Amino acid sequence: MDFATLLQVLDSTIRLATPLLLACLAGLFSERAGIFDIGLEGKMLAAAFMSAAVAAITGDVWMGLLAGIAASMALSIIHGLASITFRGNQLISGVAINFLAAGMTVLIAQDWFSQGGRTPSLIGNGRFEPITLPGADALVGFPVLGPIYAELISGHSILVYVGFAMVPITWWLLYRTRFGLRLRAVGEAPEAVDTAGISVVGLRYVAVGICGILCGIAGAYLATALQAGFVKDMTAGRGFIALAALIFAKWRPWYALYACLLFGLLQAVALRYQNIDLGAFTVPVQFMDALPYILTVVILAGFVGKAIPPRAGGEPYVKER
Amino acid sequence: MDKMPGWADAVLVPLISLVLAAILSALVIIGIGEDPIAAFQLMVEGALMRSSGWGYTLYYATNFIFTGLAVSVAFHARLFNIGGEGQAMIGGLGVALACLYIPWPNWYVALIGATASAALFGAMWAFIPAYLQAKRGSHIVITTIMFNFIAAAVLNYVLVNILRPQGAMDPATARFPEATHLPTFQEMFSTAETAMFRGSPANVTFFLAVLMCLVVWVLIWRTKLGYEIRAFGASESAAKYAGISPVKITVVAMLISGGLAGMMAINTTMGEAERLIMNATEGAGFIGIAVALMGRSHPLGVLLAALLFGFLYQGGAELALWTNIPRELIVVIQALVILFTGALDNMVRMPLEKLFLARRRSS
Repeated sequence: MDFATLLQVLDSTIRLATPLLLACLAGLFSERAGIFDIGLEGKMLAAAFMSAAVAAITGDVWMGLLAGIAASMALSIIHGLASITFRGNQLISGVAINFLAAGMTVLIAQDWFSQGGRTPSLIGNGRFEPITLPGADALVGFPVLGPIYAELISGHSILVYVGFAMVPITWWLLYRTRFGLRLRAVGEAPEAVDTAGISVVGLRYVAVGICGILCGIAGAYLATALQAGFVKDMTAGRGFIALAALIFAKWRPWYALYACLLFGLLQAVALRYQNIDLGAFTVPVQFMDALPYILTVVILAGFVGKAIPPRAGGEPYVKER
Repeated sequence: MDKMPGWADAVLVPLISLVLAAILSALVIIGIGEDPIAAFQLMVEGALMRSSGWGYTLYYATNFIFTGLAVSVAFHARLFNIGGEGQAMIGGLGVALACLYIPWPNWYVALIGATASAALFGAMWAFIPAYLQAKRGSHIVITTIMFNFIAAAVLNYVLVNILRPQGAMDPATARFPEATHLPTFQEMFSTAETAMFRGSPANVTFFLAVLMCLVVWVLIWRTKLGYEIRAFGASESAAKYAGISPVKITVVAMLISGGLAGMMAINTTMGEAERLIMNATEGAGFIGIAVALMGRSHPLGVLLAALLFGFLYQGGAELALWTNIPRELIVVIQALVILFTGALDNMVRMPLEKLFLARRRSS
C-alpha cells in the first residue's frame, strides 16, 4: 500500500467515524446520566430523513440541520417520558423508537416525495460542502506533512469538525464543570443527588436532550454531508456500532474518539477492499463487518479490561417517601 | 394488597394500550392523506375474508408465535432477549444443513429432525450471550444485539462462500429435496371441488407452533424448572436463597428462548422458501418483542397477539398493493404497540390503579 492509498483510507476513516462519534457522544451523555439508550439508531435515522427532506424543500442545509435536530429531539422526549416520567423500561422504549423511526421516515418520505421512501438528491446549498482550511492549497507540495494537512485534515464538511470538537468539549463538560459532576453522579447514585437538593428528573431530561441534539447532528451529517439525500434505512446499524463504541470506550469521551476511529477504519477498509488477501488465508469482508460487534462482546465479557456501566443505568429513579 | 383486580391487569391494560396504538395509527394514516376506515376495511378484506388471505395471516402468525414465545420465556426469567432475529437466522442454517445433507425418508421424519436441528442451532446462538450474562455479568441486551449483527455476517459468509450452488448468483442454498416438502394448508384442506388457501404459504408448521404454546405453558406453570424460572424472574435474591442457581436458570432460560426463536426458521425456510435465503427472518425476531409484550408473556396471549400481528402483516401487504400506504405502516404500528404495552405501560396503569382504588374506597 502506498502513501496516497493510505491517505485515502484514513480520509475515508474520518468521514465514516464522524457519525459514529457524534452518536457515541450522544449515548455517552444519556447513559452517564443513567438512561440507557438503544434508540440512537432510530434518532439518527429520523434526523437523517428530516434534514434531507427540509434541505430539499427549502434548499438551505442549515434549515435541514435544525429540522433534523428537532426530529431527533422529538424522539428523545418520547424516550424521556417513557423512561423518566413514567418509569418504564428504557430498553423497550429504545426498541420502540428504532421501529418508529424506521417506519415513519419511509411513510412520510413516500407521502411527501413519492420516490419509494427516499428524498430527492440534494444539490448546491442543500448540502454541507467540504471546507478547505487556510493554506491547504499552498502546503500540498510540502513532503508528507503537506498532503496530510491538505487531504486528511482539510477538506471535510463543517460537521466533521463539530464532531471532533465535541470530544474535548464533552470531556470538559463532564469532568470540569459542576453540571458534569452532577450528571455523572445522577448515573451512579441518584439518591445522593436528590439528597443534595438537585432534581434527578431535570438532570436526566437535560442529558436525554443533549443526546437528542447530538444524534440529530449525526443523522443530518449522514444525509446532507456524507451522502446527498435520504434513502430508506440509511443508518444501516451505525447507531448500534456507536453503542458498541460507547461500551468499547467504557463510557469515556477520549476513548470514545479512539473507538469510533477504530470502527470507522474497519468500515473504510471493508468499503475499499472486499476480501483481504493475507497470503496464507483471506479475511472475508463479512468478518470485517462483524468485527466491531465481536470486539464489543469480547470487551463486555471482561477478558480484555472490564467495561462497567454507570451503576444506576437502566433503573428508573423512585424518590423515597 | 393488589391495587387492581387480576382481569384488569391481564386484559384491560393491554386493551387500552392497543386502542391508544390504534388511534395513533389512524392519525398517522390521516396524516398521509388516506382514510383509516377504508384502509381497515381493505385490511380485513385482504387478510380475513378469503381463505388465501387467512393462509398468509396464519403463515405470518406462525413466525410470530415462535418468536413471541421465545421472548416470553426469557421475560419470565427477567431477561430481555433481543436476539431472536439472530437466533432465527442461525436456526435457518440448522434447518438448511439438516434438509440438504440428511436423506430423509418422508416429511414428518424430516420435520422432527429439522426442528431439532433448528432449535439446537438457535439455542447455540443464545448460549454465548447467556453464559456471558450469567458468569461475567455482560448485559444480555447488548450482547444479543451484537449477536444479531454477527449472525447476519455469519449467514452472509456461509451462503456466499460455502452453501451457494456453483454458478448461482443470489446468496441462497440449493433447493431442498422433495422429501422434505411440508404439506401446505392448500394440500391439506382442499377438496376435489374447492381449492382452499390457494397459493398461500401457511403450512403444517402452524400446528407445531400451537403445540409449542401448550408446551411452553406446561413448562412455565406446571414444572419445577418453570417455577424456578419465574421465581428467579420475580426476585433473584429470593431465588438464590431458595437454592436456585442463577447461572443455571439464566443459561437454561436463554437456551429455551433461543431454541424457540430458531424453530421459527422451520416455517420460513422449510415450509415456504424450501431453501435458505439471506433475509428469511424478515424482522420476525423483533416482532416477537411486541407479541410477547402484548400477550403479557402468557402462551395464550402470545397466540392471540401473534394472530393480530399476522393479520396486520397480511393486511399491510394488501394496503401496499392497492393504496398509496407503504408496508412500513406496519412497522409504525408495531412500534406504537411496543411503546404503549411496553415502555409507557405505567402511563395506562397509573390512572387505572387510581380509579380502582377510588372505587374500592367509595364502596
